[in-house]
Amino acid sequence: MSAAPLLDIRDLRVVFRGDNGGFTHAVDTVDLTVAHGTTLGLVGESGCGKSVTSLAIMGLLPRATTEISGQVRFAGIDLLALPDRALRDLRGDRLAMVFQEPMTSLNPSYTIGEQIIEAVVRHRGVSRREARGHAIDMLRRVKIPAAERRIDDYPHRLSGGMRQRAMIAIALSCDPELLIADEPTTALDVTIQAQILDLLRELKASTLSAIVLITHDLGVVAEICEEVAVMYAGEIVERAPIAGIFARPGHPYTVGLIGSIPRLDRRTDRLASVPGRVPNMTGLPRGCRFAPRCPFAGDMCVSAPPPLVKIGEGHWTRCVRAPIEELVS
Amino acid sequence: MSPPLLAAEGLTRRFVLQRSALGRPTAIVKAVDGVSFTLRAGETLALVGESGSGKSTVGRLVLRLIEPTAGRIVFAGRDLSRLRAAELRAFRRNAQLVFQDPYASLNPRMTVGDILAEPIALHAMVPPARRRERVAELLDMVGLDPRFAGRYPHEFSGGQRQRIAIARALAVEPKLVVCDEPVSSLDVSIRSQVLNLLQDLRARLGLAYLFISHDLAVVKHLADRVAVMNFGRIVETADADALFAAPRHPYTRALLSAIPVPQPRARRDRMILAGDMPSALEPPAGCHFHPRCPFAVERCRIERPALVDDGAGHAAACHRWTELPAVGAVAEAGRASPALDRLIAAFAQADVRPGAGADTVATERIAGAPVLR
Repeated sequence: MSAAPLLDIRDLRVVFRGDNGGFTHAVDTVDLTVAHGTTLGLVGESGCGKSVTSLAIMGLLPRATTEISGQVRFAGIDLLALPDRALRDLRGDRLAMVFQEPMTSLNPSYTIGEQIIEAVVRHRGVSRREARGHAIDMLRRVKIPAAERRIDDYPHRLSGGMRQRAMIAIALSCDPELLIADEPTTALDVTIQAQILDLLRELKASTLSAIVLITHDLGVVAEICEEVAVMYAGEIVERAPIAGIFARPGHPYTVGLIGSIPRLDRRTDRLASVPGRVPNMTGLPRGCRFAPRCPFAGDMCVSAPPPLVKIGEGHWTRCVRAPIEELVS
Repeated sequence: MSPPLLAAEGLTRRFVLQRSALGRPTAIVKAVDGVSFTLRAGETLALVGESGSGKSTVGRLVLRLIEPTAGRIVFAGRDLSRLRAAELRAFRRNAQLVFQDPYASLNPRMTVGDILAEPIALHAMVPPARRRERVAELLDMVGLDPRFAGRYPHEFSGGQRQRIAIARALAVEPKLVVCDEPVSSLDVSIRSQVLNLLQDLRARLGLAYLFISHDLAVVKHLADRVAVMNFGRIVETADADALFAAPRHPYTRALLSAIPVPQPRARRDRMILAGDMPSALEPPAGCHFHPRCPFAVERCRIERPALVDDGAGHAAACHRWTELPAVGAVAEAGRASPALDRLIAAFAQADVRPGAGADTVATERIAGAPVLR
């Protein structure tokens, strides 16, 4: 394990310019580091900026309408400063991504095999014949049965779980160091989700160096992540090792998320719920963005944006009232 | 005991996917295959299963939106297939539906007030002069500001739309509401608001729910009884507590153990199913679950297991369940954190309660917070 993190994001901001001259601050002052050998869960509800963060890392946001600032260092390379061509060399090679909906992110008019071979030939410069052999190996690695026949299937011939495996096979075909998986199991049935999570866990142990897993499901996070970053309204509001966030969440929003999940292991009469909804990103509150929905909010919360404060080893929260457990003791 | 509100008896529905040139069916799916259950007034029965298990088709059959190929549905003592037009209308009033997708189930060209007034007018629930008042009551009941009646569906968030869809179902004072994945498309924090609302309304109005869901955690929270479906058949049914405490069918066990638990290093007996779901066109012989079942033996491949009740209301369709090791498929509570429980309680108190008046809705306003950065 090397000292420098594999992915180091500093002060990342993404602003979308709207048609009517308005600005949407989709991602704001995001700092994130992902060390070699870790799986980071990036958690939040729709519209909190988690997918935009990942697209910014991958350089997949439309240039014309987006302003990105800050620094995204991957293995020492500043991705935001990289020319397109060099970025294309990295993407799909050392840096790979898996999307939520495998049906819309696979090309329906090419076979699974062709889509893997394309990546391998592009990045490894091997012959198509060699690449085909490699593709079959990849499909075997993601446990697609009868890989040597399945390789010539078109995406529509595969089930949802198989398609997601094929997506993962494409993403992993060039042995990337970092895999960004954006809600990889959300569209799948629970039994298939369990298989895919198992596969990711296994792959991380064997080949991948690090995974950034984007999800809204804290259950999935608890299953396979070592660290968590919780996003709310474009900001990271809490950052913690996995054990810390469930035992001692530092941000009220995290508490609300944990309390919203119906538990299998005990009977709760009433679920906690976060009142209200995610703020409109074009008109954010001046102080803490969560304050309008927070049961602990006080005067100091609405006056100025709260800084990230440390409340434990590797555990940070963007809450001026931290440690919040003292508020209810 | 009182007679059930709803009884399904041997419900079967086939869909023809393909016909030959002569019109003879060449590909048939048995979406629902001999499903029987009862539902009492005020009770919640959850139908659980993966995509393609036939649970939504059952919901549609129960409401007579589609006709069964075989079997019958009895609602309040009357066979649905024998209802005359006027009786069918009365049935439609008594049995309502809430769909999964609140973006597709509300007419975008009607105001919320009109959406709610339509069923009220159709079934003459109140005199025309009182309709607006009733619409306001309904909105208030689901925790929305009655002043929203003039707005259109697109002005609302997903959670609010689902509240509107619920208000529409309740406008005709039904006895039964079929909820087809009512919270699946909602974000977690919004989802819990809607679940709490469904719970409150049930207690207040004595509603019976047929709750269709793939999410066992949600089901555990809400259901009195659970029926687990696989390939159009019920494979296990029991009181919710009994089912979650000691699941019998291997498929139920697998479903339970597959749910990610929001607690790191939760101790449990994991059971990951190998392989994919077989095609519904050619369901495996014998027990439909046998190709994915780690306990399958020769008999499971040949003989269809019957759904056998143990006399206490817990039934499983498995040849082998009595021989299988007992499991605690559900994670142990682990180290409880009293501080976390207290923090969560603070949120539960802040929850928007239905009927609490317009002031509680202020936090749920459409526009973002007024202060600009």
